[in-house]
Amino acid sequence: MKSLIRIFAVMRKEFLQLSRDRLTFGMIVGIPLIQLLMFGYAINTDVRNLSTAYVDESDTHISRQFIADITASQVIVMKQRVASVFELEQLLNAGSISIGIAIPDDFDRRVLGRDRQAAQLLVDGTDPIIVGVAQQLAAMPVRFDSQAKLPQKAAILEVRNYYNPERRSAVNIVPGLVGVILTMTMVLFTAVAIVREKERGNLELLINTPIKTPELMLGKISPYILIGLIQLSLILGLGWYFFQVPIRGSLIHVLVAALVFIAANLSLGLLISTVAATQFQAMQMTFFFFLPSILISGFMFPFDGMPAAAQNVAEFLPLTHFNRLIRGIILRGADITSMLDELLALAIFTVATLTLAILRFSKRLN
Amino acid sequence: MKQIAITASGLTMRFGSLVAVDSVDLEIEMGSIYGFLGPNGSGKSTTIRMLCGLLRPSSGSATVIGMDTKKESESLKQKIGYMTQRFSLYEDLSVKENLQFISEIYAVPRKERKQRVAQLLESFSLTDRAKQRSGTLSGGQKQRLALAAATLHKPEILFLDEPTSAVDPQNRRDFWEVLFELAEQGTTILVSTHYMDEAARCHRLAILDEGVKVADGSPRQLGESISSHVVEIEVDDLNRARLCLMQNQEISSITQLGIKLRIMIPKTVSDPLQLVNSILRRENIEANTEQVFPDLEDIFVSVTQQRRKELGA
Repeated sequence: MKSLIRIFAVMRKEFLQLSRDRLTFGMIVGIPLIQLLMFGYAINTDVRNLSTAYVDESDTHISRQFIADITASQVIVMKQRVASVFELEQLLNAGSISIGIAIPDDFDRRVLGRDRQAAQLLVDGTDPIIVGVAQQLAAMPVRFDSQAKLPQKAAILEVRNYYNPERRSAVNIVPGLVGVILTMTMVLFTAVAIVREKERGNLELLINTPIKTPELMLGKISPYILIGLIQLSLILGLGWYFFQVPIRGSLIHVLVAALVFIAANLSLGLLISTVAATQFQAMQMTFFFFLPSILISGFMFPFDGMPAAAQNVAEFLPLTHFNRLIRGIILRGADITSMLDELLALAIFTVATLTLAILRFSKRLN
Repeated sequence: MKQIAITASGLTMRFGSLVAVDSVDLEIEMGSIYGFLGPNGSGKSTTIRMLCGLLRPSSGSATVIGMDTKKESESLKQKIGYMTQRFSLYEDLSVKENLQFISEIYAVPRKERKQRVAQLLESFSLTDRAKQRSGTLSGGQKQRLALAAATLHKPEILFLDEPTSAVDPQNRRDFWEVLFELAEQGTTILVSTHYMDEAARCHRLAILDEGVKVADGSPRQLGESISSHVVEIEVDDLNRARLCLMQNQEISSITQLGIKLRIMIPKTVSDPLQLVNSILRRENIEANTEQVFPDLEDIFVSVTQQRRKELGA
């Protein structure tokens, strides 16, 4: 009973302080909003309008038809025609084009012969996405009248895109963004909230009261569970409103996954707060954790494409498991019970970090 | 015989190679105001923190109202109040919200909470500030709020760590009035300070220097026990008097207090007044001399000097 009174006292105090801290309050709403719009609108892996130049040394109707076709695909924007491959290379090097098309003077013969590649694409390989686009272009067939009757070689595989047939990036990104934003805000807020008390001396007073460590920690983190849920609803709601991201699975399952994930991040924040001496240090540690979370959790790059070592590290990051959960539930409409191992991984992470945090947090000063 | 509230024996705190508190023994009577007097870094705060159970002593032990500070620090917390050196309540909460929070933390029964908070606001003259954010209070108001919070759960023992360092003299006076009232009601108060006038108000006090307790007793006892006479000299030409007195090996210290000089002479000199008068007469300096009872500053200087001398020897 006394425990409950104390936990609620800390919670109430935390809410009071939050309601007066406009910056944090703004961050709770601002971070999801800005990130959502940024990622949703700016990040587009379905690339169009790549700047392109070409050199056509054969200048026949077939080569002109080819240039017209490739331009019509809208993947590239033909900026200029140059006289030599050397000039193409210069443009590429200067960064004014991403793709150069070099058509040799024996283009017609090469097309008819079909034994060698007919033309070359010069690609700015500094951006992997552009290389991917170039590979699509390379597969483009060349049409010319005299060949009309020849049977087209059929591809062996046909692609059927499940869950995101229109290949909209936002559909892919928004569910993952839930995890990214929660990781950032939940870890940071809790870590900073406790370190702030340390810095301002409040903790010296608190540890001299009968409050027990778990009571203090529970009281401090529970308000952030609510904040995490607000952010979750914001992201999914706005994602649906702006980008028509569907929620195919059950909302209850989304909630369960999110709660477990939030708990994992909050306990990590607590652990950080027991190590960091200043708010700045807490922030640094949060980012030390946050960057790998973004990069190797599967949010940005496909998990299966990473080397085994990175995959092993990623398995220790809550975001990796949450990504699988949330994408599964929201996009595939999967049942959470089919992914219990992911939930279990998050639960283990939570219990481990929370235990460590409580052990590390001592009610003594030394 | 009075009951003992706090005992400590051989209380020691080391931080690495630094000995912050060096085997301090204490015995503090129930219901008394006990002072720790010492300069910054003399181990006052560290000693208080060890007595509260906030720091685990490197060696030695302490018992506070019958409880071992090492083993029973948690149950002790319900019985003691602690006012930190720095204002440690929440600056972004109002005066009333802070007190409410503390009352909940101490799990004061729901029905009594409101009444207790109102009563504290009243008795610490904070009622008209109840809704003000505590960060915007003046030094004196903050200090009253901190004391109100520290006494909210009616502790038997109150630890005050330099409570008046940010407060003007009038507020300091009022503050001590409150402390005397609390002591009258039976609260034992342990207060650290580096103000001599404040230390003089304590029933008993311990003088700490570099972590060592160099003297303890009532201000009166301390004054009697020191190894120096104190002579006050009123003279027109202070500088000349000072210069010629400085030549004499017997005089251990000279301080200027406004228009007076205050001189300490070891008790090995049987007639200090005559010594001073003879020096001044030789130089043809006219002066009024008077032997006075040592004040705390004299005591402090004398005991610390004596310790240094012993260490040097």
